[in-house]
Amino acid sequence: MLPAVLRCVRPISSSLALSRPLAHFRPHMDPDPNRPVERSIRTKLTDQLKPDHLEVHNESHMHAVPPGSESHFRVLVVSSLFEGLPLIKRHRLVNEALKEELSSCVHALAIQAKTPEQWGSNPSVAKSPPCMGGSKGDHTVEEKLKAGRSESWTHEAVELNCDEER
Amino acid sequence: MNSLIRNTARCLQSGAAVYMPRQADGRVWTASARFLCAAADFQKALGDMVQKDKVVVFMKGTPAQPMCGFSNAVVQILRMHGVDDYASYNVLEDSELREGVKKFSNWPTIPQVYFSGEFVGGCDILLQMHQNGDLVDELKKLGISSALLEAEKESK
Repeated sequence: MLPAVLRCVRPISSSLALSRPLAHFRPHMDPDPNRPVERSIRTKLTDQLKPDHLEVHNESHMHAVPPGSESHFRVLVVSSLFEGLPLIKRHRLVNEALKEELSSCVHALAIQAKTPEQWGSNPSVAKSPPCMGGSKGDHTVEEKLKAGRSESWTHEAVELNCDEER
Repeated sequence: MNSLIRNTARCLQSGAAVYMPRQADGRVWTASARFLCAAADFQKALGDMVQKDKVVVFMKGTPAQPMCGFSNAVVQILRMHGVDDYASYNVLEDSELREGVKKFSNWPTIPQVYFSGEFVGGCDILLQMHQNGDLVDELKKLGISSALLEAEKESK
């Protein structure tokens, strides 16, 4: 059994370029063992929000961070738990589920939180705007990325910056 | 020292009460900005900042020069609705502001948008509000007539 240790390490495989002009129905996306942060995000959102449909996209390659980073994500969560909730409450549920990741390696999280009905009538994933290089010239980004690449999980608040970011 | 002055000035500008300890001879006791504008004071200052203007945006960069794609998206959306007169605060200039606003809003990311002192959300939420028409309604509640509404009326 793999220890439940979240490692913010550089994955061996190169980043998967994701360009999705149209969404397609894939109830489950196979977790990549080389992507521990992505796996953790998927696990937590699944456990806590019981989604009918879940997509977790690593968008780090779109930003001014080293290849293979797991720092920028876009998630689409379709769950009946969102019914009757305003957007802000839905997003807070997602933020709460990923509190640990957001206080460490993940510093950019784009969220789409839909009810099954909303997803059924509009099954599309939004696209993130292009990075405007906010991380460039900011030494804290590199420092935090280095700090994230540790063997053990630390709960030290990591301050990274880029986009819909911390 | 500059940071001390800046932080104190910011607190004073925002209307937050800042305790200025004085020595017996009346000189101001120079202490760190954190002491003069303690965390609690800063949270109060943020509370005043979001109430001061109808629309308040905490972002990376400025409306004229956003330094982040999502912050830029917020600026562009507001601009589309004709909202150009709003308060914006650049978190890249001030790490205390950057951390403080996340704590204040209990929201982990930037940008952050406030309408009449109430936290609206980040870029994703503002975009969805823009797409589903809610933003026009919310601006109307603030007494702001969206430029898109005006454009729609003119086209009819």
